Amino acid sequence: MPPSSTSVSSAAGGAAEPAEASTPRPAAAVRGRLASRKALLLTCLVMAAVLLVSVVVAIGLGPTVVTPGETARHLWAALTGGRVGADEATTYQIIWQIRTPRVLLAALVGAGLSAIGVAIQAMVRNALADPFVLGVSSGASVGAVWVTVTGGLAALGIYAVSVGAFIGALVASLLVYAASSSRGALSPLRLVLTGVAMSLGFQAVMSLIIYFAPDSEATSMVLYWTMGSFGAATWGALPVVSVVVIAGLAVLYRYGRVLDVLSLGDETAASLGFDPDRHRKVLLVLVSLVTGVMVAVSGAIAFVGLVMPHVVRMVVGATHARVLAVAPLVGAIFMVWVDLAARTLVAPRELPLGIITALVGVPIFIALLRRRGYTFGGR
Amino acid sequence: MDLKLDELSVVTDGKSLVRGLSLDVPDGQVVGLVGPNGSGKSTALRCVYRALRPSSGTVWVGEQDVTRLPMRHSAQTVAAMTQDGGVEFDFTVEEVVALGRAPHLRGNQALSGRERGLCERAMEQLDIGHLAHRGVLTLSGGERQRVLLARALVQEAKILVLDEPTNHLDVRHQIDLLSLLRGSGLTVLVVLHDLNLAAAACDRLGVLSQGRLVASGTPAEVLTTQLILDTFGVRASVVPHPLTGGPQLLYALNSTR
Repeated sequence: MPPSSTSVSSAAGGAAEPAEASTPRPAAAVRGRLASRKALLLTCLVMAAVLLVSVVVAIGLGPTVVTPGETARHLWAALTGGRVGADEATTYQIIWQIRTPRVLLAALVGAGLSAIGVAIQAMVRNALADPFVLGVSSGASVGAVWVTVTGGLAALGIYAVSVGAFIGALVASLLVYAASSSRGALSPLRLVLTGVAMSLGFQAVMSLIIYFAPDSEATSMVLYWTMGSFGAATWGALPVVSVVVIAGLAVLYRYGRVLDVLSLGDETAASLGFDPDRHRKVLLVLVSLVTGVMVAVSGAIAFVGLVMPHVVRMVVGATHARVLAVAPLVGAIFMVWVDLAARTLVAPRELPLGIITALVGVPIFIALLRRRGYTFGGR
Repeated sequence: MDLKLDELSVVTDGKSLVRGLSLDVPDGQVVGLVGPNGSGKSTALRCVYRALRPSSGTVWVGEQDVTRLPMRHSAQTVAAMTQDGGVEFDFTVEEVVALGRAPHLRGNQALSGRERGLCERAMEQLDIGHLAHRGVLTLSGGERQRVLLARALVQEAKILVLDEPTNHLDVRHQIDLLSLLRGSGLTVLVVLHDLNLAAAACDRLGVLSQGRLVASGTPAEVLTTQLILDTFGVRASVVPHPLTGGPQLLYALNSTR
C-alpha cells in the first residue's frame, strides 16, 4: 500500500529546499528529449518518410543516374507488374535487379545493427558494447574464410560463404555462452570479457587459415568480412534477411521494459520480478541469430551498432521502448547513405563500408563523449 | 503481511554467509537488522527479494514460500531498495520511479493515470519531485537513494526490505525517510549501520554476527553495553534518549577493543 505519512511528506516537500522547489522544472526540452508518445510517433513517421525518400534517391544514384521520379516510376512498375518501354529495359534492370536489393539490404542491416546495439548495451550493462562484442563477427569471419579456402558447402553455390559465416557466428555465440555461464548464471561482465577474448582467438584462427591458404582469394575475403560490403546483395538472400531482422526487431521492441529493468542491474531486476539470467539467455539467442544473419550477408560493419544507440538515446531518452522504436529507422537511413557513398565516391571502385562508418562514427562518438549533460553510463 | 525467515542458510563457494537465521517481521512492524560488516545482513535480505536462493531454510511471505512464487508475483508482494542501485544509462528520475510499476505491467504497457499519480506522490513524499526530469546519473548519492526508495514504494508491495537506505542521506533526510517507513504501515525489514537510528526507528532489532543471529528483541533489550562489546568490539555507554527515553549509544574514539 502507498505510504500515508502526510506529515512527513509535507515537512519534506515544504521547508527543506524552497529555492529548488520554486524553480521551474528543467523542461524536457532542455535535455532535448521527446517525452510524449505523440512526439515519438511523429518522429517515427518523419523518419520513415525520410527513409523512403533516401531509399528511392539512393536507388537512382550510381554510375547511371536516374532521377527520383523516374526511379519511383520504375519501382512502381516492378511492384505492380506494370510495363516499361523496351528502350528502358537496361535502366529497369539496373534499378530493380542490382540497386534495389542492395539498398534494401543496407536499410535492413542498418536497422538491425542499431537495434541489436541497443539491446546488447542494455543486457551487458556496458555503454561501449556493440553487436560484435560477443564474438559473433569474428566467428563469422572464420566461417566465411574457411568456406572460401576449403571450397566447403559447395552444394550451396553462391550462398556457401554466407551460410559458412552464419554457422561460424552461431558456433562463436555458443562458445561464448558456454565459457561465460557458470551455475546457470550469465554475468554481464563475464559475458563481455569472454566475448572479447574469444574474438581475439577467432581472429588468430582466421589469420592462421589465411597464412596456410593456397590462394589469395582468402585475403580479399578477410577485408570483406572485417570491413563490410553490400556488393553481393541479391534478391535471393533478401527474404531470409528481412524476415529474420524484422521479426528480431519486433521481438526486441516487446522486450523494451525488460531491457530497462536489466540495465538497472541484476539485484534491482530480481527485486522487480525479472529473472536477469533467464532474460539474458533469451536475448543472447535472439541477438546472435539476427547478428549472425546480418554478418553473413554484409560482413561486420563497425560503429553503427555502437554509435546509433547513443545518438538516439540522447534525443528520446533511455527508455528502451522509445529507443527501439527510433533507432532502427535512424540506422537504416544512415546505412543507406553510407552505402551510397561507398559505391559512388571512388567509382568504379568500392570503399569498404567500415571505412566510412568509422570516418563518420568516430567523430560523432568523440563529440558525444565530450558533450556535457550526456553521461553514457559513468560520471 | 508477515515476513518470516526460517532457519535460513546461505553457502557460497564453500563459505557460510548466513547460518540458520530465523527472524520474524510481524505485519506492519519495522524490524532492523544490524551487525558488523560481512555479518550476512545483505545476504539475508537478498534471499527475501529473490536475488539469491537460500541453500536451506525458507523465506515465508504470509503463508507462501517465496521461492515457490513466480518472480513477478513475489515482486508484487516484496519491494526492495538495494545497495547496488547503480543505473548505467541516463534515465530520468521519473522514468526510474515508474519502473517500480514493472511487476504490475505486461510488456511495454503504459502506466495508467492512477499509476502516474502514485509515482508523483512518491516523488513528492521523498522530496524529489523537483528532480523528476533530471537524469539520475547527475544526482548526488543521497538524491539517488531517495529515487530508489520512491521506486520501491510505487511497487505497492506489502513488504519492504531496505539495505542501508540512509547511508548517503543527510541527517534531515535520514529522519524523514525513517519516519516515512514508520508511518507507512508496511512490513519493513531494514539493514542499518547507525545503531542510534536503528534504536529510534525499529520496533525490534536482530543482531547478526558471522552469519548467526546473536540477539533479537526490542532496541532496549538488545542494545546493551555487553552486546555491543561482544559483537562490534566497541565499548559503548548506553544512555536513555532525553526526549524519547529509547536507548542511545555513546562512543569515544579510543573505545575499540
